[in-house]
Formats: sequence, C-alpha cells, structure tokens
Amino acid sequence: MSADLTPYDEVVAAYDPALGLEVHVELNTASKMFCGCATEFGAEPNTQVCPTCLGLPGAMPVVNATAVESAIRIGLALNCQIAEWCRFARKNYFYPDMPKNFQTSQYDEPIAFNGWTEVEVPVGTGPGAETRTFRIEIERAHMEEDTGKSLHVGGATGRIHGADYSLVDYNRAGIPLIEIVTKPILGAGEFAPQVARAYVGQLRELLLGLGVSDVRMEQGSLRCDVNLSLAPKGSDRLGTRTETKNVNSLRSVERAVRYEMQRHAAVLSGGESILQETRHWHEDTGITTSGREKSDAEDYRYFPEPDLVPVAPSREWVEQLRAELPEPPRERRARLQAEWGFTDLEMRDTVGAGALELVAETIAAGAAPQSARKWWLSDLARRANDTGVEIGALGVSPQQVAAVQGLVDAGTLNDKLARQVFDGLVAGEGTPEEIVAARGLAIVSDDGALSAAVDAAIAENPDVAEKIRDGKHAAAGALIGAVMKAMRGQADAGRVRELILERLS
Amino acid sequence: MSDLTRLSAAEAAHALAAGSVTSVALTEAALGRIAAVDGEVAAFLHLDAEGALAQAAASDDRRAEGAPASELDGVPIAVKDVLATSGLPTTCGSKILQGWVPPYDATVVAKLKAAGLPILGKTNMDEFAMGSSTEHSAYGPTRNPWDLTRIPGGSGGGSAAAVASYEAPLAIGTDTGGSIRQPASVTGTVGMKPTYGGVSRYGLVAMANSLDQVGPVTRTVLDAALLHDVVGGHDPLDSTSIAQPWASMAQAAREGAGADLTGLRIGVIKELGGEGYQPGVQQAFAEACDLLVGAGAEIVEVSCPNFVHALATYYLIMPCEASSNLAKFDAMRYGLRVVPDGDPSAEDVMRATREAGFGAEVKRRIILGTYALSSGYYDAYYGQAQKVRTLIARDFEAAFGAADVLVSPTAPTTAFKLGEKLDDPLAMYLNDLATIPANLAGVPGLSLPSGLAAEDGLPAGFQILAPALADDRCYRVGAALEALLTREWGGPLLDRCPELSTALSPEGAR
Repeated sequence: MSADLTPYDEVVAAYDPALGLEVHVELNTASKMFCGCATEFGAEPNTQVCPTCLGLPGAMPVVNATAVESAIRIGLALNCQIAEWCRFARKNYFYPDMPKNFQTSQYDEPIAFNGWTEVEVPVGTGPGAETRTFRIEIERAHMEEDTGKSLHVGGATGRIHGADYSLVDYNRAGIPLIEIVTKPILGAGEFAPQVARAYVGQLRELLLGLGVSDVRMEQGSLRCDVNLSLAPKGSDRLGTRTETKNVNSLRSVERAVRYEMQRHAAVLSGGESILQETRHWHEDTGITTSGREKSDAEDYRYFPEPDLVPVAPSREWVEQLRAELPEPPRERRARLQAEWGFTDLEMRDTVGAGALELVAETIAAGAAPQSARKWWLSDLARRANDTGVEIGALGVSPQQVAAVQGLVDAGTLNDKLARQVFDGLVAGEGTPEEIVAARGLAIVSDDGALSAAVDAAIAENPDVAEKIRDGKHAAAGALIGAVMKAMRGQADAGRVRELILERLS
Repeated sequence: MSDLTRLSAAEAAHALAAGSVTSVALTEAALGRIAAVDGEVAAFLHLDAEGALAQAAASDDRRAEGAPASELDGVPIAVKDVLATSGLPTTCGSKILQGWVPPYDATVVAKLKAAGLPILGKTNMDEFAMGSSTEHSAYGPTRNPWDLTRIPGGSGGGSAAAVASYEAPLAIGTDTGGSIRQPASVTGTVGMKPTYGGVSRYGLVAMANSLDQVGPVTRTVLDAALLHDVVGGHDPLDSTSIAQPWASMAQAAREGAGADLTGLRIGVIKELGGEGYQPGVQQAFAEACDLLVGAGAEIVEVSCPNFVHALATYYLIMPCEASSNLAKFDAMRYGLRVVPDGDPSAEDVMRATREAGFGAEVKRRIILGTYALSSGYYDAYYGQAQKVRTLIARDFEAAFGAADVLVSPTAPTTAFKLGEKLDDPLAMYLNDLATIPANLAGVPGLSLPSGLAAEDGLPAGFQILAPALADDRCYRVGAALEALLTREWGGPLLDRCPELSTALSPEGAR
C-alpha cells in the first residue's frame, strides 16, 4: 500500500533533509572473516561452512589478515584515521540466520574513523549544467561478519510471516563485511537524493579501484541502508529518522531517498510524527514499507570479543598501504576524461549510468572511446533500463562490446546488425562471432548479389533512377532503402550507394 | 603386573616402553575398573570402549613397529565432556546438548589422538562447567571416591573422580575459576591450570572465554607434566594461544622431585587463608609449608589486597561472557528442540528450548550476565570488573617480585556433602575463593594433595601459583613437595582412600 506523498518541490521548500548512509561491503577475500571457508557466490547451500562459521559449540574465530588489510585500505582511501589498537566486539541478538546469536563486529573501537570524501552532483540539466561539490564526513569503517541467508518458503510474500517453513543457507555467514557509516549529511537540501546516489556510486568506484570487493549490488556484495530524517527548514535539530534497508542499486538509492523525503513530509505535514523504524525498499514498486520497529531500547549488549586478540596494525604497515593506494576516483575520472576526449556532459552521463568501469574496460579491450561510450550509454543503457537491471548485469561484457565494435570497424557489421548481436549476447547465445554466424548477420559484401539487388531496385523505380541520372544524387536514398530492404539489412549502405551511382552516372 | 589400574601414567608409559604391558591390556583394565565402580562413582557420561580399544590396538601396532607417537602413546585417558570429540557425544552436562555428536575434534583431543592416548570416554561435569560440586550436571552428580556421600568438586568432578578411583590414569579438565584445581583438592589428586593461552581452547565449549583453560588431571605431578607436554603449545585455530616455545614440563617435574629448594622464595598469600578456611585444611597447608622450609625454601608472607574483590569480579566477567556464549543454544542447528503447541515462531521454539534445556544455575548466570551487559549497566559492572581484574593482575606482579611462587590452600574446605550447598549459590561460589585469582590474571596454578584434614579425614589441596609462562615452576616445586609429602606419608595419599565396592552395580557401566 502506497503512502501519501508530498510533492517534491514542497518538501524541499519546507524541510531540510538529514541523510545518513550505511554501506555494507562484502570483501572479495578468498576465505571468510574468521575461518578458512570459501566465499564463492552462488555455491550450493551450506557447502561452504565449518564449525566456526556454523557457530558449533567450541569452535573459535581467527581474524583474516587480508580482510584487515582491505579494511585499512578502504579507511585510508576515505581519508580516515587508522586505529593503532582496536578490538572486535560481540553484538548480541537472537536470529536464526546468526549461527552464534551474536555477530562478531566492531563497536566503539573501529579500525578506521573520522574520514571524508567529496562527491559532485550536477546542478540543472543539459550540456551547460554546473556541478556542485558536497563533502561527506565518514564516521567510521569497521569490520564484521555477514549473517546467513534465510529463505522463507510458502506464504504469499516470501517474508517470514505467513511462511510455511524457513531454510537458512550459512554459506554467507562469516563473509567479511566492511560497514562504512557517514556522519549525518546536512545541507544537501533538494540534492539529497543525488548526493546519496553520487556517494554510493563513488564508493563503488573507489572499492573497485582498490580491488577489495566485487561491489555487485545485485548480488548483495554492496548493500546500502539509507537513514533519513526531515527537520523544518532552519531548525537546528534533527528529526526522527527511518532506516531504509534493501536499497540495492544506485538508482534505488536516489529513488528511496526521494520517496522517504516525500513520505516523511506528508506524515509531518499531517501533524503526525515519524516512527523510528526500519523500512524495506521495494525495487519493483518504488516504495518503502514498515519493517520491524527499531526503538532506542534495542540493546545489543556489546562487549569485547574475548576469543580474539586486539588488532594493532603497525604504523609502518599503514603508511606502506597508504603509499600503495590507487588513484582516487575523482582524479581518475578527470584523467580518463582527458584521455578519452569526452565532454563534461558525456563524462557525467557515463558516470551517472554506472558505466564508467564498463567503458574503461571496453576501451582497454580495443574500442575507440566514443564507440565504447555510444554502445553502453545508448543501446545497452536502454536495455538495462527496460529490464530494470544494473547495466553491468545485462550479461554483456566490455570485451564483447569491444569485439562487436571490432566487427563494425572491419565492415562485417553495421550498427543495426550490431544491435542484433547484442540481442543475442543478452540472450546468452554465445560470442559475438558465433551469434553473427548463427543468426546470419554478416554484411553481404558479394558484389554479385548486391549488383542484382541494385539492378532490381533501379528497374522497379525508373523515375527515381531518372532523377539520379539528372544529377540529383540525394534521391539515391530511396534506392538504397529499397536495396537494404531486399538484403534484409545485411549490406553496407555505403557500398550500395557506390554501386547505384556507378550504374546511373 | 598385579593391577594395571594402579599404575601412574609415567609407570604405564615405562611398562609400555619396556614391552611388559600392552595398551590394550591397560585400556581393558581401565574399562574393567569403570565397569566395576562407575555405577557408584558416576564419573563418566559416555564411554567409548570400542573406540578406546581400537586406539589401543593401533598404539600397540606402533610400539611393535618401534614407532610410538609419544611418551604417553597407549596410556588411556578420560576427557571432560566440555571438549568436542568427533563421533563421541559432547553434552557439557546439559540437556540442551543431549544427543549432539560433534563433527570435529577439539585441538586438545586431536593432540591426544595424535599422541596415541586411547580415549575411554567423556566425564561428568556441572552443566556448562558452572558449579563446584558436579551436582549441576543434568545427568546426576558424580560422587567422591573418598566418601560417596560427598561431592567430588566441580565443575570437573567427573575427571577428578575418574582419576581418584583408578578408572583412568589421566584425565583432561578445564578450569575457569578452579574447575580443575578444586576437584583435585577434594579428591586427593593433582590438577593443573596452565597459563592462559598455554593450551588451545579450540573445541572447548566456552563458559568464559577470557578465563577458561584446559589442563591435566592426574594422580601425580609428573603425570600432569607429561600430559601438559602433550596438549600444550600454540594452536593457529585459537588466536589467544601463545605462540612461543615452552619448556618441557616433564623435565621440570623430574628435576624437581627430591631437589634441594635452597634459595627458593615461597610467598604465602595472606588473603587466601584464615577466616573461612577449615582448620584441618589450614593445618595440612602449614605442615606442607614446613616441609618445603625443611628442604631449604624460604617462606615469605605476601599481600594481594585486591584478591578480596576477586570473587565479585569473577561473578561479573564470567556470567557476561557466558550469557553471550550460551546464546547459540537455540534449537536451530543442533541439540534439543522443544516445539510448543500451536503455530510457534522460531523465537517461540528458542524460548521453549532454552527454558527446558538449561538448568537453574545456567539460567541464573545467563540472567546475571545479560543484566550486567545491558546498556546503562555495562560501565558499572563489566567495565568496573575489568578494572579490578587489572588490579588483581598487578597484585600478582608485585607478589612475584617478592616470591618465586605463591602458595595457598587450593580450596577453603574439604569435600562437603552432596546437597549441602545446592540451595545456597553464594556458599557454593565461596569454594573457588582461592582459585579464581589465577584465572583472572591468567597465571598458572597447580593443586596437589597436602594431606588429610584432621577433623574429617578428607583430602586437602595445596596450590602453587607461578608467573604467566612459568608453568614449569609449578611442576618443579610441586614435584619437590610431592616427593617430600610421599616420604612423610610412606606412600601416595590416595593409598589411604577407602576401597570402593567393586561389585557390578545394577546399572553397570553406562
């Protein structure tokens, strides 16, 4: 059931939003946070488990050193201070997908804290649009373990209520997570939804650049919770917040913030107050619904994990990791834009579509920058939008895009045929070359067949042919169209034109 | 060999090495003794006769090939039911784990197997090691071989009673606040709590992770040292285990027996004696000190003023950790599952299972710990307790500046009657007064018999504490005292333990 919403312009006229983003990143370490189990995504349920991650009596955790290194590198990339000494803590609560009924996390001693980053958001639209920079303060980045995954079977909603029974897959239990928490982001005003999206998008780039996570939002390796509250404009107090979970695409981040702003405003304007609660984002309907109530009374009874020794990264190590950090996303974007010769608008659209890495990889695979941009931002972005998936999850790889462009450059395909190859790629029909062969998409370069089609077109359109003979070459388009139709598109239009003009000159 | 069960582990190892006995014979003798007396003693929760005999046969094969796996290869052992044993039930004395068979071995168990010690079975204990009498076992109490109407100590009463009644020459115990040493004290046996981190805790079902330690339970100091050498050492699966080479405990014990103690400074802890300590226990302690002086040692009195807060500190830290550790027993993955009527949710099942599966003492400590960790109370209870813990550790540091080892009676009294303190938790807790400080500070502590208390003729214990990492010092001084006392008594104290009736009880061996 959809809630009442206040029109967006009225929301921002009356209220200041306070935004807070909690991002959980699954690290791509080969083994789990506290045991040696594999972390491969999509394995058969409960095949990547051991006494430790199943929480069997007596089993103990051992910290994954690579996960600590990744956490420090993330902290450094977010300009955080790195703790000289910190501990894990137990977060105690009962839930069937938590093997120990406590999560081993960090509490008041996070590995990284007090950082910041800056994001750019376009102000206005069109080629001349300006950008505005927002500084986002990072409160902390800490290490923890993921929980198992519940599957509720039966019932209409797939939720725990009404289910016939529930199954738990503990493969995910113990996967290393880094939770990155911002301080309240104030002053974003009407741009709050875009700031949220830009932040998460930039964080994705940063994590990819660090190579610490697959950051596949659709697989849950990057998960975002959006905290939002509204305060009357000019008020120096924060309003009551809601925490919206399950926001698992960049587009959804922006939509969820906007939705909650509009919903909060409607509630507040109706004279009611916001309930502090967890809300669930529904990608399909674009709304949030109430989850479990989360009052301040919830008490996790944190205390230091006695089975683990403190983590005390040496300063030498931290400095070495700092020195080896990759180029920060904004600097990298500026460099790539210059290398590729993109306009500001082209670059912004590329980043906005979540296609920066895809374009970069396509170029690295041999495509010209503008060709790479063209395919991802026109054809493939539209497909992603139509099917509601992230552009990277279409099933088309940058290498394949480069290969298709290679076929176009070689004259084997034209753009129209190339789109059909993409159809085949999305449908999983094989490599571009295989699809060209199987679908018979290659341009007919046999002049014999072409000449026959040209002669037929001239014969069927004597009046057009006459005009061309009179020097009106622009009229050739009609004949070219007829030939292309006869060839079912599998002809090089330029060659057709040459043949027509040869015959009628 | 007249009665193989009377051999110490060192003697049995010697006989095995000499080829005068087989591991199968030793193991059969132990199993026979268990069948004969355990109906009365009730030291074991699960027996694995088949497995033990198979391990014994394999040990004999290794001997025959001239390749024994260790000095103790072939000497049978009992393991406290708090350590995970692959293929053998592990209940921790609790109904909530009834029927659970671990798919893995605790590191200590794996080390025992690797060293070739046949595992006879699992010994009784207070539920989740919470108690000082083994009366809190959900499967009924173990009885003290010295007097079957009395408690064998706890929580490791099963391991101590098994060793004291000659059911096994060796046993493994665990000690969170005295659960190895206090049972040793009241059964006239030897128990050692190693330095925290000296023995792996991997596979030990934790009560209080920052206090728990696994250690040997035996009839002689040398046996404890031999077993310590088998189970001790760094374990990559336990991050709190200490990564450093250890001195041979057996060598220390061998060197200590009969040694001249000239120059050794022995600190008597002022706070661990006097009021609340049974006169006969104090007297046996004093006489043992005199023997040490006679051998050249110097006695100094040391004060550890913060020890008076040790019990209170312990009863905050331990329940806090325990309340969290025991959360995993929720019926979702293993163990007992109680499904209430109607259409119960997962939470309903958890609640019903925990209500039915945990005993009163366990619930008491879960509630204590949950309360103490709650928001608003954390600093006042858990936080404060950690500060006092630091002060206790400093008391130890200062005392070890004045003395090489510290000594006290192990427990304030001899074995009390079954049922006597069951309704008085505080009286029960007081039993661990002298053993708790070592757990809080992580230092090693050995208990060996000091004699029989004059008023009741029951064994009393002598505790030797050493600085962290100096476990060998406990064995050195312990072996020296043991030799002096044995000479004084004309034989081991356990020789004076009344014979148990060896008629097969109706229950037989379980």
